[in-house]
This record gives sequence, C-alpha cells and structure tokens, in this order.
Amino acid sequence: MSARAKKGSLLESVLVHVVLLVAVVYALYPVLWVVTLALSPTGGTESRVLPIPRGADDVTLDNFRLVTGAGDPERGWLFARQVVNSLVVSFATAATAVAIATPAAYALARFDFVGKRSGLRGMLLTQMFPGVASAVPLYLILDALHLLDTRTGLVLVYAATAVPFAVFQLRGAFLAIPVDLEEAAMVDGATRTQAFLKVALPAARPAIAVTALFAFMSAWNEFILAATLLGRESAFTLPVVLQSYVGEYSTQWGAFAAGAVLVSVPVMVLFYVAQRQLLSGLTAGGVKG
Amino acid sequence: MTEAIQPTPSRVAKSEGTGASADSSEASLPSTSRAMRCAARGIKKAFGTTPILRGVDLEIPEGTFAVLVGPSGCGKSTLLRLVAGLEQADEGTITLADRDVTDLPPRDRDVAMVFQSYALYPHLTVRDNLAFGLKLRGTPASEIAKRIEEASAMLGLAKLMDRLPKQLSGGQRQRVAMGRAIVRRPTIFLFDEPLSNLDAALRAEVRVEIRRLHDRLGATTLYVTHDQVEAMTLADSLWVLNGGLVEQKGPPLEIYERPRTKFVATFLGSPQMNLLSGRLVKEAGAVFAEGGGVRTRVDDDRFKSELDDDREVTIGIRPHDMFLAKGDAPKIAELKVEIVEALGSEAFAHGWLTSSGPTVVARLDAADARSVKPGSVIPLGVAPSAVHLFDAATDRALA
Repeated sequence: MSARAKKGSLLESVLVHVVLLVAVVYALYPVLWVVTLALSPTGGTESRVLPIPRGADDVTLDNFRLVTGAGDPERGWLFARQVVNSLVVSFATAATAVAIATPAAYALARFDFVGKRSGLRGMLLTQMFPGVASAVPLYLILDALHLLDTRTGLVLVYAATAVPFAVFQLRGAFLAIPVDLEEAAMVDGATRTQAFLKVALPAARPAIAVTALFAFMSAWNEFILAATLLGRESAFTLPVVLQSYVGEYSTQWGAFAAGAVLVSVPVMVLFYVAQRQLLSGLTAGGVKG
Repeated sequence: MTEAIQPTPSRVAKSEGTGASADSSEASLPSTSRAMRCAARGIKKAFGTTPILRGVDLEIPEGTFAVLVGPSGCGKSTLLRLVAGLEQADEGTITLADRDVTDLPPRDRDVAMVFQSYALYPHLTVRDNLAFGLKLRGTPASEIAKRIEEASAMLGLAKLMDRLPKQLSGGQRQRVAMGRAIVRRPTIFLFDEPLSNLDAALRAEVRVEIRRLHDRLGATTLYVTHDQVEAMTLADSLWVLNGGLVEQKGPPLEIYERPRTKFVATFLGSPQMNLLSGRLVKEAGAVFAEGGGVRTRVDDDRFKSELDDDREVTIGIRPHDMFLAKGDAPKIAELKVEIVEALGSEAFAHGWLTSSGPTVVARLDAADARSVKPGSVIPLGVAPSAVHLFDAATDRALA
C-alpha cells in the first residue's frame, strides 16, 4: 500500500480526480437543471450556458409554495394527504412484498416439493409483461372489489407485481447462505423454524433490505397504474400529482421541478439510512473464506 | 480448571481397553466391556439410486477418539451426518448413550458438531456464537457465562469475545467452532474434516490441540477425515471406509502394520505401498514371492497355510521397508532410479525394477541419498517380515 502510494504520483492523483469530476458532472447535470428550474421565479426553460441561478434575484421558493399549497390550507391539506398516500402505499408495498417473498424464497431455496420448478417458471413468466398490459383487467378487478381509488387497492396491485421479483432476488440470497449454518443451529438445539428465524433470516438481512428498498422505490415512482386506478385527487400519489403540472396547452415547469425535487427527497433519505445494510456483506466470515 | 472439565473416570478406563486389544484385530474394539457412547447397526443410506452406505456397523466406547477415514465418496461424512441427525438412514438404528435416536431430530440427540466450514453464525459475536445453543436450551444465564468462561480459557478466546466471525482468522474461527461444541457438553463430539481449511502448519498445531482437548474433557469423539496423517495420529479407534462399507477397523498402528485388503494397504501410508504382481515359489522348504523384478523370501510363520506353490499374489512392500542393500544384506531387487526426492531427514528414490513394471518408491537414508543419482541402479533389500501378500483375485491379505 505504501509502495503504491509512493509510486502513485501527483499526476495519477490529478487524473483520477479529473475523471471523477467529469463523472460527477455527467451524473448531476440533469439534477442541477431540475433544482435550478425549481428555484427559478419564471419557471422558464430559456437556454442557460450553465444550469445555475444567475443571481439572488433568480432564486425563489415560490414553486415549492405552489406545490405544497403553502398559504392555502385546503391545497396544503390535499398535498399532505397525497404525500401520506405515497408513503403509505410505498411502505405497505415493500412490507407486503417482503413478508410474502421471504418465506416463499426460503422454501424455494431449501426444500424440494412438487411444483417448485413450474412455480419458479410461472413467476418468471409474469415478469415478461409490462404492468401497463394488465392495467385494464386490474381496473376491472379492483372495481369489482370496490378498491378503486383506495390505497389498499394500489398496494395489492403493487405487491402482486413486486413479489415475483422479490422472490427471485431473495432466493438467490438464501442460496448463497451456506446450509451448514442452519445445520449447525439445528445440532445446537434449534428447530427448523428457529434455524430460519435466528440464523438464515439475519444472514439474509442485507438482501432483504435491498429487496424492500426496490419494492419501495418501484411503488414510489410508479405512475401509469396509479393514474389508471386513481380518479379522486385526494387519492393521488405524488407521481400522479406531478403529472398534473404538465398540461395539454401549458406546462408549469417550475412547479413540476419543485415537485420532482420533493419526491426525490424520501428516496435519498432511505438510501442514506440503508447504505450500510446495502454495502455490508454480512455473511462474510461465517464460514471459511 | 473447574470440575466440569476434569477427565472422567471413563477416560482412565479407556487405556485398559486398547491395551487388552493389541493381540487381535477383531478384539481391539471392545464391544462388551464398556458402555457404548455411540452405536450404529446395519446402516444403509442411498441418495436417489446411488448407494452411499451399504450396511455399516459402528461402535464407539465411552471416551474413545474414533476416526472415520476413506477416500471421497466412501460415505464417511454421510455416516457422521446420520449420527448427527442431519440425514435419515434408510435402514438401521443409531443409539447414543444407550438411547435410540434413529428417528430423533438433531436438537434432541445431544451431539455437538464442528463443521468443515466452521459454520459460525455471521451476525453474532463470538460470545453469542458460543451461547447460542445454550440459550436455545434455556440454560440459566449464570451457567452460560460460566461455561463460556471455561471454554474461552481452554481455547484462548478471551480477547475475541466481542468480535464477529468475519473479523477472525481461519485458525481463530476454528477455535470458536470448537468452543461452541465444548460449551454444550454433549454425549459425543462430531468433527467433519475440521482442519481442511487451515494451512499446513496450523493444521498440525490444531491437530494436537484437538487430541489434547479430547483427553482433557474425557470426551467421546467421532472424527471424519480423508487425511491419513490426521487419522493415524488422532485415532484410538480407526475405521477405514471404502465404497460404503467398513473395510477395516482397529487401532491405527495395527491397521497400518496388518492391512487386511489391498485398498487399506495403499490408502494408509505415504508414500503409498509398492504393489507388484507376482507368484509364490516354494524352494527347498522356503517360500519366495517373485514378480515385477522382486524375489524375496516371505516369512512363512505369519501366513500359516495360505502359501501354496504357484499361487498368484500381489506383493506389497512399503517404501519405508525397502532399504539400500549394503554389504552382505540380501538383495531383493535392483532399482533404476528416475528421481530422488530429498526431504532432509530422509529421501525417496522413484524408479523401476523392470523395464515394463510399475513405478516403485524406496526410502533412503539422507546420507545414502547424496550418492544416488538419477539414472543409477541401486540394490534394494527388505526384511521378510515387512512383505505383504494379497490374493491376486480377491485383493484380500493372505493370513
């Protein structure tokens, strides 16, 4: 390491930083645009050399006030309700998907039973069709169940689409956990169930966190099904709200951008909180290696 | 040390058992004089249509260190897993401490197992790994703490207690795995190739450590390995498995000196026993084995009545029993040397006895090895008592 550091000259260090800088600019350029737009008083899409505010006059929070309905209690309540809709639907989707997929994935990873292979194939099959292809039948089903315009209905639909993917992901995670660990637990005095709950499940925790995050994000960002299945404004989730700023004849780019920034915040927070889980290889060291 | 880890009386009794057994290979595993800690009868097990165990009996008296050894696929690990309860036998019964456990799940068998992979719980600290089994069994916290303290002192784990498995070296993980077994105070300790993942130096060290722990705890141990050095050095009672059957059982030295089949003869001992096809020849009241470039007198007292003239045999001679014939020592063969492997304290000469024969290995003293060069021809001698004879058709040793 120290030899490398000596050899790694100033030039190398500069080069690395230049490359990183270019990558960062490339990744953040569109984000910068959105942020600038959100803060722009005109909401204008006029051309700028750099997507940064031109001065103090060019920065305002009006767009955020518009979106959140600040100063207008009725609009404010509506927006709050829509935020809650999105949060509830996304958390419930993640929780439901993980709760169903975890035991299913474990069974598919550890046990042999009739219909295991065809079941796996069937689940793979469902992943081949885009969600929008099932929008109409889903609409009819939810209508029959009187679940249109409800969070419950949307959670059911989202969870149903999230479970197969979650099962695949978690099955891979369980397959990667050595059977030895659970056998050791059973020799140590655990029942089959205890071996799952006390050993396999904690060892799969990073994978479960990733799976839950994926399910959360896909529900949080989903637009087409939400737009189809939700008609009342008070039932809207945030992507549907955002879309309402894009009109047929005029588009409120400033409000749209402000909404986009607000929608991104929870996902960023989640990533920040979960990053340790996402990165840690928790199974490392349990068995040889 | 506290009373919990004092040797039990059974351990003292053990030496009588093996001492008495030295005169006959079958009697070497006393089956009546002492309580059996572990017994398996008529065990058969197949995976799908592949038979793994084809009728195995196993008996481990209390306090005995029993080693199952054999090539991969011989069924030794499967037998261990059957004793642990991780597999179910198709036929046969297993008793542990006189209790029929054949149909019991692992947790009700009171066994502890050290896995080849160590199988430490990755999300738990060393302390919690050790406590895991005891907590599941509802052992009081004070007792758990006491047992962990003991095991930690025995294995030198004190400084590692709050670490996670991923923060430990291979050797440390191995110790934790043993500690996890020790705190349980089981009926029997099961080891599944526990040293395979360690480097050579550490392996030798831990090998001694395992035997020391066994003696100190007065434990009963069943240990699976494919490594013949581990098998020879650790075992009180060695079980050589081949093709799902027990090929030979007994004290390790006895098996080494009197292998009952060609398989056992070649499996134990390094380098392998030299095998040459040949026949018996009777001349002037003495019996000679001839073939593959060798002609040696065989010690006829040992073989009793089986030394028929012209009988086809396989002649087996261990490299360590061959020596450079000097002076008037009888020469049994001439070795055309291909390679000399000098190990410092001794050397092995590889070469041929005849132009068409198999490669043969002979042991040389370090001093002699200096003068032996590849391409040279050296005279070899052997003690008649060191010659093994196997029936050419059945591969069973002549007796």
